[in-house]
Amino acid sequence: MNDLTPTREQRTAALEGMGCKRKRVEDIRFTQGKGNYVDDVKLPGMLHGDFVRSPHAHARVKSINTDEALKVPGVLAVITAETLKTVNLAWMPTLAGDVQMVLADGKVLFQNQEVAFVVATDRYAADDGVSKVVVEYEALPVLVDPFKSMAPDAPVLREDLAGKTTGAHGPRKHHNHIFEWTVGDKDLTDAAFKKADVTIKELISYHRTHPSPLETCQCVCSFDKIKGELTIWGTFQAPHVIRTVVSLIAKLPEQKIHVISPDIGGGFGNKVGAYPGYICAAVASIVTGKPVKWVEDRIENLTATSFARDYHMTAEIAATKDGKVTGLRVHVLADHGAFDACADPSKWPAGFFNIVTGSYDFPVAHLAVDGVYTNKAPGGVAYRCSFRVTEAAYCIERAMDILAQKLGMDPAELRLKNFVRREQFPYHSALGWEYDSGDYETAMRKMMESTDYANLRKEQAEKRAAFKRGETREIMGLGVSFFTEIVGAGPSKNCDILGIAMFDSCEIRMHPTGAGIARMGTKSQGQGHETTWAQIIASEIGIPADNIMVEEGNTDTAPYGLGTYGSRSTPVAGAAIAMAARKIKAKAQMIAAYKLEVHEDDLEWDIDGFRVKGLPEKVMTMKDICWAAYNSVPPGMEPGLEAVSYYDPPNMTYPFGAYLCVMDIDVDTGVYKVRRFYALDDCGTRINPMIIEGQVHGGLTEAFAIAMGQEIRYDEGGNVLTGSFMDFFMPTAVETPHWETDFTVTPSPHHPIGAKGVGESPNVGGVPAFSNAVNDAFSFLGATHIQMPHDYWRNWQAAKSLGVFAA
Amino acid sequence: MAKTHVTMKVNGAEVEGLVEPRTLLVHFIRENLQLTGTHIGCETTHCGACTVDIDGMSVKSCTMFAVQANGSEITTIEGIANADGTLAYLQEGFRQMHGLQCGFCTPGMIVRAHRLLKENPSPTEDEIRHGISGNICRCTGYQNIVKAIQYAASKINGVEFKEAAE
Amino acid sequence: MIPGPFSYHRPESVGDAIKLLASLGEEARPLAGGHSLIPMMKLRLATPGHLVDLHGVAALKGIRRDSDRIVIGAMTTQHELLASDEIRTSLPILQEAAALIADPQVRYRGTIGGNVANGDPGNDMPALMLTLGAAYRLEGPNGAREVMASDFYQGAYFTALEPGEILTTVTIPVPAAGHGYAYEKLKRKVGDYATAAAAVVLTMAGGKVTSCAIGLTNLHETPLLAADAAKAVIGSSLDDASLKQAAAAAQAIMSPAADARGPVEYRKHVGGIMVTRALQRAASRTK
Repeated sequence: MNDLTPTREQRTAALEGMGCKRKRVEDIRFTQGKGNYVDDVKLPGMLHGDFVRSPHAHARVKSINTDEALKVPGVLAVITAETLKTVNLAWMPTLAGDVQMVLADGKVLFQNQEVAFVVATDRYAADDGVSKVVVEYEALPVLVDPFKSMAPDAPVLREDLAGKTTGAHGPRKHHNHIFEWTVGDKDLTDAAFKKADVTIKELISYHRTHPSPLETCQCVCSFDKIKGELTIWGTFQAPHVIRTVVSLIAKLPEQKIHVISPDIGGGFGNKVGAYPGYICAAVASIVTGKPVKWVEDRIENLTATSFARDYHMTAEIAATKDGKVTGLRVHVLADHGAFDACADPSKWPAGFFNIVTGSYDFPVAHLAVDGVYTNKAPGGVAYRCSFRVTEAAYCIERAMDILAQKLGMDPAELRLKNFVRREQFPYHSALGWEYDSGDYETAMRKMMESTDYANLRKEQAEKRAAFKRGETREIMGLGVSFFTEIVGAGPSKNCDILGIAMFDSCEIRMHPTGAGIARMGTKSQGQGHETTWAQIIASEIGIPADNIMVEEGNTDTAPYGLGTYGSRSTPVAGAAIAMAARKIKAKAQMIAAYKLEVHEDDLEWDIDGFRVKGLPEKVMTMKDICWAAYNSVPPGMEPGLEAVSYYDPPNMTYPFGAYLCVMDIDVDTGVYKVRRFYALDDCGTRINPMIIEGQVHGGLTEAFAIAMGQEIRYDEGGNVLTGSFMDFFMPTAVETPHWETDFTVTPSPHHPIGAKGVGESPNVGGVPAFSNAVNDAFSFLGATHIQMPHDYWRNWQAAKSLGVFAA
Repeated sequence: MAKTHVTMKVNGAEVEGLVEPRTLLVHFIRENLQLTGTHIGCETTHCGACTVDIDGMSVKSCTMFAVQANGSEITTIEGIANADGTLAYLQEGFRQMHGLQCGFCTPGMIVRAHRLLKENPSPTEDEIRHGISGNICRCTGYQNIVKAIQYAASKINGVEFKEAAE
Repeated sequence: MIPGPFSYHRPESVGDAIKLLASLGEEARPLAGGHSLIPMMKLRLATPGHLVDLHGVAALKGIRRDSDRIVIGAMTTQHELLASDEIRTSLPILQEAAALIADPQVRYRGTIGGNVANGDPGNDMPALMLTLGAAYRLEGPNGAREVMASDFYQGAYFTALEPGEILTTVTIPVPAAGHGYAYEKLKRKVGDYATAAAAVVLTMAGGKVTSCAIGLTNLHETPLLAADAAKAVIGSSLDDASLKQAAAAAQAIMSPAADARGPVEYRKHVGGIMVTRALQRAASRTK
């Protein structure tokens, strides 16, 4: 050892492995405008496709006249359902076991539904063509209120399901009913409610909204007639699944389909499923023999692609008079729009909503979900929801605050009293989940201490008194949110997408010079996998992250994976990466033992290589091992140094967090100000704290938007009222609050690196914090539950209904 | 529709093309000039992903026709780096401060920030937030974008950058 | 998101612009900043066959003082208003309002002429023009005429502009030195139209209001001059009672649309609050 010998700290730092704020690899190209997004793809002879869409929410299509459209210079074809029927593609299967029209087949079921696809030489001609297609409609009665969907005289929407009394998830109660899903013990739960000291019951609605990534959904489909091969560049969060689905529905051999997800400008669950645009572009390419590009515009994105939420949840909690919860009962009316296109794992028609027991030790619980059809856009599972966990967390967190109010208890104290305790993990919830690990009390107390919660309550009490004395027109709310997430779908025994188990994968290949390439079955849309996946590998095998190239998204080269959504990448692919790296390390150990002429067991791992136990100067770095792998492996061993791992997770992971929103509201205008927002997240092992913080900032901003005004709203005629950025609330840097982030670390015991995933937690935990803050502000005036979203005018309306403006 | 010939200077180079009068400037940039760094995120002039710098102004290039830019000088994201090819402080700052995730809003954001810092070389946080209020980001929550711009401002002014404590 | 086809014209003088509009007739629209017209064209809600771009008409630019009046060329952008020392010293309320219009990029292109002339009830400048007693110069095939802003607005998107006329200058009498001013705008977010907005220009002496004008934005299908509301505060010290009276008088003439910003009752309610707050803030600025 001398002054030039790097210290252990320096060697560790040089790897830029797990735990460090490694700067992102992706940024080099993005900050120079050199990203490669789908609309940047340009192929010789490429055509453009654009949709004719229905202005009606429910109507028969009497005729489609394409004569004038076909006369527009540049327009080559207009595809309708009749065209698609010839290749059996007028309808396509959804991820939720339903079917969906690709193009209007005899009728339309929601405003802006796709009716015809115009194919032209450029996007300007395509748009001209669209404006010249003449469609004759016969309006039908519209159904937009899910509460009226199962009335005896409710309009019939899905004529294609006539007579089908059973759906993909069991019996159907009504022509607009999709499924009923029940979980838990009804009898025990009913018994708990019968003998409860205190109960609360409230209808808690989570309004319809939309993920709205900045880049809309788009694709380029290119069919090579000679080779019979179809190449698709697309905004796909799950490119392999798209390939398999296309193979099955288009009846093309899967090895002849090349799906590529290049850079994606945000997904948030909007880009998981298949859309009519993808199918029509593919068909158009097959028919014309030319590449066809489809790029939807923003209004199309907001009104026709996968919406999020629209859950109407009646929550009931039974409790003792000193605040110990004894039972939970929830009924959900789920509005799925015209087709059940939810991107859930197939056995879960309501996603993982049964996490609704949340962070609390409910001895018994029962849940029933009824899904219904309405004349609205299809979808439902999207927008950082972890498969309906956003809905579940909102439901339980609102319900706990309502219970606290009824009991006259502080909402934080009520939670502390009912948390699942550290000793109870792994915890079996009354609705069937095994939570892996958690230390809720520590997180909660850290939040309360960091925010000086007790003093905030004191301040609130003083302000309330001042308000009642007429000295101020401002009310103050504290929104507590303690959420438990369930992510990392998932174990093959209960998680599959269209029959494909939800494992994920990683393949690593090391090169002679101590560099390597790694490919995974996930697909980043901004989460920074090129940066973080290399960090895991760096820590596991002692090669600097900068020397590991990470690739995702090309289905020809990446091992099969189920993609990136539901915060599953770190829990599932992250595990596969660690396991593949450990296979590499195991082989490396054998090579090192051979080269150092010792037995494998005489070696120990030290940061970036192996050393002989007791002889620290006898080392072989991983870099040298890579070289040796290509020229001097032990006899009988194959040369090379690569490994692949397909990881079937044994369980989901359960990140959790404690958030607090401090909000001041001016009752006269309804204008609110988020004074402070504190977010403590526990996602287990933290791979890159900088990236985690970025994810939390982004998720909280989405949660803020949702809670405070962002909705997809329909009028009685099924017209979308908020279909563009004029009225669909997208906060700018001015409205967006300042975020304070903090953390605790409770590793997942079953995960190879103890990591749980974090991307969706801030949306899951954020919305309840904002909504609880508004509700908490108004509670002293007599409000029990004010529905989201909490726009200015709705806050004012709440104040008005509470008599604030009575003379 | 008969096409018009337009010429302009883009990122320091003289360019020309044939366009219809209705050709949007953003399409001319992306398709005729093949500069795909400038992006499209909406059609109602809200999102700012298409922001370019034209004749000393930040402009949403989706709300201008290419013919209107005849004879103008335009800088897009591809022209932001220094003449010697090194990254501009803004580009450095966005990377150092994690001011981007999916990268889609980033070109418009950087090109706008570039003009903002010329309007106001030492903006307060509030001035930065108002200064970028014409650019929507869905991923970052803006906080680190503000830091990135503060980083760049410090470097441009030759002042030490102190990252605000969380 | 693609506009329909059109022919493009770029005259260099007001006279040529007028000649073009006259000869091209109904199918022709003048193009100013384009940030109202082009978005509508992209949605094909507007499909003019001809656009007459006014950016080449140098005579439509400029801000100058003409004794006790400020004369502003119609093609002056919001950004130019914000950068003008003349406007800062003589008409600070214009800068306060301009800063609340849209966002930085839109302000680089949006013009005062476009903002006052297209009759959109959501635009901010018209109420200011009423409050300031501005006059518009309209030029067309039959010559030029001056129309007071107070006579210009007839309905939503319906103004005194005759076919073929364009608005070429806005002339504003300079308010008294030491005047108080405020533009109070409630909006959902940056870039949004007003949920309700009130403009106030007033003077005070000895703690009492000696003159006052109040304009209202987006609370009716046209901008409103709330004359009764202004009268209610003249001679007062802006005590609670007179403020209440002014707000009520203003609300009495409001008939806002119900939209995503809120129901009618809410918009009228906050409209009254904007009047109150604008009066208070304007008073605090008097010298």
